[in-house]
Amino acid sequence: MTDFLNIALLFIQYTVMTPSVRLQEMIRVIRSARTQGEERGIIQRECADIRSQFRQGDNGERSHSLAKLLYVHMLGYPAHFGQMECVRLIASPRYSEKRIGYLGAMMLLDEKQDASLLITNSIKNDLSHSSQYVQSLALCTLACMGSAEMCRDLAPEIERLLRASHSYIKKKATLCAVHIIRKVPELAELFTPSARTLLSEKNHGVLHGAVVLITELCERNPDTLVQFRKAVPELVQIMKGLVTSSYSPEHNVAGISDPFLQVRILRLLRILGHNNDTASDAMNDLLAQVATNTDSSKTAGSAVLYETVLTIMDINSESGLRVLAVNILGRFLLNNDRNIRYISMTSLQKIVQTDHNAVQRHRGTIVDCLKDQDTSVKRRALELSLALVSAVNIRSMMKELLIFLSVCPPELRSQTASGIFNAAERYSPSKRWHIDTILHVLTTAGGDVRDETVPNLIQLITTASELHCYTVHKLYRALIKDIAQQSLVQVACWCIGEYGDLLLKGECEEIEPVQVTEDDILDALETVLQSHMSSPATRGFALTATMKLSTRITDNVDRIRSIVSIYGSCIDLELQQRAVEYNALFKKYDHMRAAVLERMPVMDKNSPGHTNGDTSGEIKEPDTSKPKPVEAGLLSEPASQVCDLLDLLGGTDTPLQPSPAPTSTPTTTSSADLLDLLGGLEIKPVPTVSVYEKNGLSLKIQCDKQTETEVTVTLIASNSTQNDITNFTLQAAVPKSVQLQMKAPSGNVIPAHGLGQVTQTVLLNNPNKVSLKMRIRVAYSNQGAMHQDTVQIDSFPSAACQPSFSPL
Amino acid sequence: MMHFLLLFSRQGKLRLQKWFLPLPERERKKIVKDMTTMVLARKPRTCNFLHWKDLKIVYKRYASLYFCCALENQDNELMALETLHRYVELLDKYFGNVCELDIIFNFEKAYFILDELLMGGEIQETSKLSIVKSIEASDMLQETEQKRRSEHPSSSEIIQNTTCF
Repeated sequence: MTDFLNIALLFIQYTVMTPSVRLQEMIRVIRSARTQGEERGIIQRECADIRSQFRQGDNGERSHSLAKLLYVHMLGYPAHFGQMECVRLIASPRYSEKRIGYLGAMMLLDEKQDASLLITNSIKNDLSHSSQYVQSLALCTLACMGSAEMCRDLAPEIERLLRASHSYIKKKATLCAVHIIRKVPELAELFTPSARTLLSEKNHGVLHGAVVLITELCERNPDTLVQFRKAVPELVQIMKGLVTSSYSPEHNVAGISDPFLQVRILRLLRILGHNNDTASDAMNDLLAQVATNTDSSKTAGSAVLYETVLTIMDINSESGLRVLAVNILGRFLLNNDRNIRYISMTSLQKIVQTDHNAVQRHRGTIVDCLKDQDTSVKRRALELSLALVSAVNIRSMMKELLIFLSVCPPELRSQTASGIFNAAERYSPSKRWHIDTILHVLTTAGGDVRDETVPNLIQLITTASELHCYTVHKLYRALIKDIAQQSLVQVACWCIGEYGDLLLKGECEEIEPVQVTEDDILDALETVLQSHMSSPATRGFALTATMKLSTRITDNVDRIRSIVSIYGSCIDLELQQRAVEYNALFKKYDHMRAAVLERMPVMDKNSPGHTNGDTSGEIKEPDTSKPKPVEAGLLSEPASQVCDLLDLLGGTDTPLQPSPAPTSTPTTTSSADLLDLLGGLEIKPVPTVSVYEKNGLSLKIQCDKQTETEVTVTLIASNSTQNDITNFTLQAAVPKSVQLQMKAPSGNVIPAHGLGQVTQTVLLNNPNKVSLKMRIRVAYSNQGAMHQDTVQIDSFPSAACQPSFSPL
Repeated sequence: MMHFLLLFSRQGKLRLQKWFLPLPERERKKIVKDMTTMVLARKPRTCNFLHWKDLKIVYKRYASLYFCCALENQDNELMALETLHRYVELLDKYFGNVCELDIIFNFEKAYFILDELLMGGEIQETSKLSIVKSIEASDMLQETEQKRRSEHPSSSEIIQNTTCF
């Protein structure tokens, strides 16, 4: 009994229910699945069913199976096994099967699939089919997924259809031609003659296609463009007809007659009139007419006006027309529709450079758009506002921009901040205003500014020497209020370190006087040092500032010493190194401390994006604290220049002459400036004497007496050959009673052409005061060959330190 | 030129996808995911235009469906909004008060209608009436053929020449 029922049900299911219901039934079943797993199970069953249906061959059900497969494909499941079925169905004589077959081809096949080539023949046949709906299917599919090969094959067929067929087919053939040209640009010539004649068609669909085709032809070939310029009067005529025509229900959209066609014609006119006076003149009247008569209360009208404005601005239109266009955009800015406000601003952005004054008239409205709810509108308003800033309106604009910065969405903050900085740099009315503006930005959005802001601001502050007192007071106040904004804290620390003495003086014309004690300042800096909010770079700033204050304050130098010595055992490598070096400055080099920590000279304006710390590695020198080479990449802020100085002094207390490295970056010159600063010190410049010169390798020495028994010798090696010298090592030997300590060399590669040097320091202790001699062995590789040589230095006279030597 | 047209529900389920450029399957899936994420994240009273890579994305919500298309730089965004609206009007005319379920259960018809409106990423016909007539004629052709087949299952199939309008 149950068997009979099952058979009966199956019978009913497969005969009584029409096939499309079966497709819909499958969709219903799939949608009723409660879990992803359940859905997968159903899909698998259905796919198995579909596969078996395909295998059965022609049974009238193939199209429904393919339709089911296409649904499954849209859900995201693989459907590649349906590709061949598409090919078979397309070749079928039945319209319903062709219809779904072509749809399947467009969805499952693309030009990269091999199966797509197999349908070329079917398409060719269908292009000449007696039914226009079959032809339409073929055209549509070719225009959707036709590969370059298929296009080449079928282009003549399409060209024939362009000329001879009914308008239903003609419009489709035209767009098919557009696709062919996009795929195979060389075939453009084939379609150019027919395109011209299509402009005289009355059918809007064909006309639209023709305009698209001509646009495509002109964009690809400048000669064709010249040719089609002759069509401008005809296009103007068509446009006029559309604009002034009486109501036509078939093409009317919100009172505009065929806005789709109008927009395309305007776009073509734009291309034809660009950079050409005759063509531009011919369309002047028309554009004025469209601009004044089009009703923009609905989107369709606004779209046409928008395209008109774009065309006016892009051709050689007379100034009256341009003003009209900008005014239309200005009117758009006040439109209730957000979309129209948005596109108005995008258009204004395009013309703000060329028609600056015209756009300036709408500045107020644009600035108001900064307060819009929509982020996209806000972004456009921001870009436009920044473009409209000028010397005249800088103060009022900046006020608005700073207000915007405090309320703007986070994704726009860094753009706003950098825009404000650029504007301030170009148009700031006074240095104080400039510094105030930057400080305001750092307080509001310090986390979103670029890295170069800190050195740029510092450089700006040094140049405004009359404002040092004011600046340091302001920064101090900002610092004690909040130490979270790293860039602000860094600048504040630097200023306090540099101008701390001005801070202590208390008076400053432009700020109410406040008594600041030395302890207050040191408290502030220590807070920064100890806070978990401070980044390592910031703490470096704070430590250096603390150190600098040791020469600017009088009472609390011991407190500074203790702070500095605590950080000598800090885990952070950079801080530890600095602390140890500063300690050394207190202990051994105290006589130099004042000079080293002197007020910095005004810095030259570096190129944008340049950071000061990078080239500090040029002058390499081993330090006393750790027997390893100094890190080349120190932190990128000017305070590191002081560190560079100390690094120099760390090894010897002789000022190293600047390496002859031909770097053109400005920082090297500032380093050189600082070295010149040192040149004014009491220390006599020590001559470098050459002791060895052979095969392009030259060795020089400098020596300096530290004490009665200690001498520091610095060996400098340079390479004038074409190739780098690698694996360079020096060994030294001295008489028995002399103690020798060789420090680590700065490196073991000497660049070619004298581009760099390797230095190595040797400390000699001569307690018995014997006459000093040294034998030096050099070993190196050059061009793959190993070299070794020895030099003997016979005497180092104690007083003048002029060595005499003899090469061995 | 339009690069693609997508229809998806408020839960991000894809209802229709039309691609006018050849792209590998994997990339299409990725684009669909990007679009749905971007568009569904938009707040209610924001403008209908977005920027994505070097394309302009235009989207509009009709009841429970989002219509989303991608344009090139020179294309007119406001016109794209009109195009999407035209498509919705055509669906409405065809299905009579169209809703999402109509498009789910008759997705192939939705594609056929779209193929009469757009071709190669460009507008094909600007007259609504014309498109409606073509669709009706194609459907009629399919129906008469199926009727003939069920009446004479063994005879060979010939698609009659249909008159143009």
